[in-house]
Amino acid sequence: MSPSLEARQLTRRFGAFTALDHLNLQVEGSKCIGFLGPNGAGKTTALKMFTDLIFPTSGEAFINGVSVQQERKRALGACGTLIETPEIYSSLSPREALELVGALRGMRPEEIRSRTTEVLEEVKMADWADKKVGRFSKGMKQRINIASALLSDPEVVLLDEPSTGLDPRGMAEVRDIVRGLKKGRRLIFMSSHILSEVIDVCDEVALLNHGKLLFHDTLSNVEKRLTGGATSVDLAFMGPVGDDTVTSQVAPLPGVVSIARVDATRLTLTIQGGPTVQSGILERLAAARLGLLSFEPSRSALEEVYLQEISKGDS
Amino acid sequence: MTDGTPSLGHVPGTFRQAVLLSRYQFRDYLRSRRFVLMMAIVAIIGAILTFVLLYYNGAGLTGSSDAFYGTFWAGGVTVVIIFAGIIFGGDAIAGEFQNKTGYFLMGLPIRRNSVYVGKFLAAFTASLLSVLFYLVILLANGAYWFGGAALSVALFESFAIALLYLLALLGAVFLFSSMFKNSPYAVLVVAVLFLFGFSIIQALISGLVKVEPWFIITYAQNVISYPFLSSIPAHMETVKAPGPRGASITSYNPTYAEGLAIMGGYFVLTAVAGLLLFEREEFT
Repeated sequence: MSPSLEARQLTRRFGAFTALDHLNLQVEGSKCIGFLGPNGAGKTTALKMFTDLIFPTSGEAFINGVSVQQERKRALGACGTLIETPEIYSSLSPREALELVGALRGMRPEEIRSRTTEVLEEVKMADWADKKVGRFSKGMKQRINIASALLSDPEVVLLDEPSTGLDPRGMAEVRDIVRGLKKGRRLIFMSSHILSEVIDVCDEVALLNHGKLLFHDTLSNVEKRLTGGATSVDLAFMGPVGDDTVTSQVAPLPGVVSIARVDATRLTLTIQGGPTVQSGILERLAAARLGLLSFEPSRSALEEVYLQEISKGDS
Repeated sequence: MTDGTPSLGHVPGTFRQAVLLSRYQFRDYLRSRRFVLMMAIVAIIGAILTFVLLYYNGAGLTGSSDAFYGTFWAGGVTVVIIFAGIIFGGDAIAGEFQNKTGYFLMGLPIRRNSVYVGKFLAAFTASLLSVLFYLVILLANGAYWFGGAALSVALFESFAIALLYLLALLGAVFLFSSMFKNSPYAVLVVAVLFLFGFSIIQALISGLVKVEPWFIITYAQNVISYPFLSSIPAHMETVKAPGPRGASITSYNPTYAEGLAIMGGYFVLTAVAGLLLFEREEFT
């Protein structure tokens, strides 16, 4: 059975304020879903209901088909979570904190030892394994929290803005960790308000605003939604590329719909067609020896859709 | 990272998880300043006691070992228990919200009652160490003034009652701690109530309203001294002030059974109420 997450009519009101409004969302399989939305959109509220930290006004959340509200222990058994920035008992060391997590999850002592070593190395905290957590910076604590979420090698990972409190290097490392997690048979559900983070690591995106789900789709479909099936690709060259070269060698390539010049060494192509067409264009550009440095999908489409949908919701 | 494997581990039962959590929580207490503070309080109480006994000749002051323990054990252990309750239990639950340690625990496959019971067990164990430390100081003094024979069945009986009182007090403290999401408020309320609030209410109710304050936990604490007494104090005593218009002041003493029932009742009711409250609290 594939790992899955489901919200059925999940609603949470705080007095007259509706933080989450009848969220219906079903995700399944091994992938990473970005739960995107501006601050106050309801992302953390939804994740807290998925972990039973707060209770729904109505509706229910399910992890692997098990109701979190009815059977929290069984539902969270296969799930690693990181909600907000938890504090760890200050007198414990990371190793002891992870021992506690492993013991509460019912892992065997040898599993706890080996996994503790693995996850601490993964979050680059191995050198701090036996120091007291109370002396750690917020970023270091967040790494230990990530390690805690990964300790049992869970099928489902819920991450609430995991790069919060980290410096740019730490943020990049968290993205690497999340990308690494995707290699397994694992469903990752990660809330974020950072578009580049979602673009970088996620396969699908669910956009939330004012407690309502605006859409849930794959990143490629989001792009199609904006561009009518066309894909934008950013090209960077080692040196300047003349207009004549662009006209004679780039424009005629099959699938290229339009070309926009960013500057002397960079172009943005709009391509009609799927991965096969894109692959063909890349091969031909490389064969043409134009000094191509990079060829990467331009993700500005998500930003466009994000801004459009958010402004629709706000108006 | 292992690929494609299901989650490791088989989640233990509720009580097993509570015991596991209590071990780590107790370890946290042992390494904390609050533990040093509590031990310092007991040491100061013990030092004052030892000094007073030496200064006034302990054997002559109390007369017998039963009177010695009836005065200094029963009188002092309630103070130790109240301080231990405040220090180890005051913010035990409130702190989970304020310090955000609850987010670390509650994202795990663990029931809230395991967390509550685990923290209770840890607070009880840490408090028990404080009580034992006080007992050791008293035993040393008792042995000095009355010899080895000072160790009596009455002391064991009183110790058992003191443990029941500790359970009852921690139950009540945990209930108050569950009502707040702010540690200083929780500690302040618990400290005010247990250090003098309940005593004042008890005095007002019995003295002025003339109603037995059986519903106040501190009323039951007198029972800790009963094993050392040859006769249990009268259940109700009324003293009339001198003069034709002198008001009468009534005081109550719990019976043995009543005192134990109050402690037991407090423990059960407050533990259940605190647990239910914690089950409904949200980590907003």
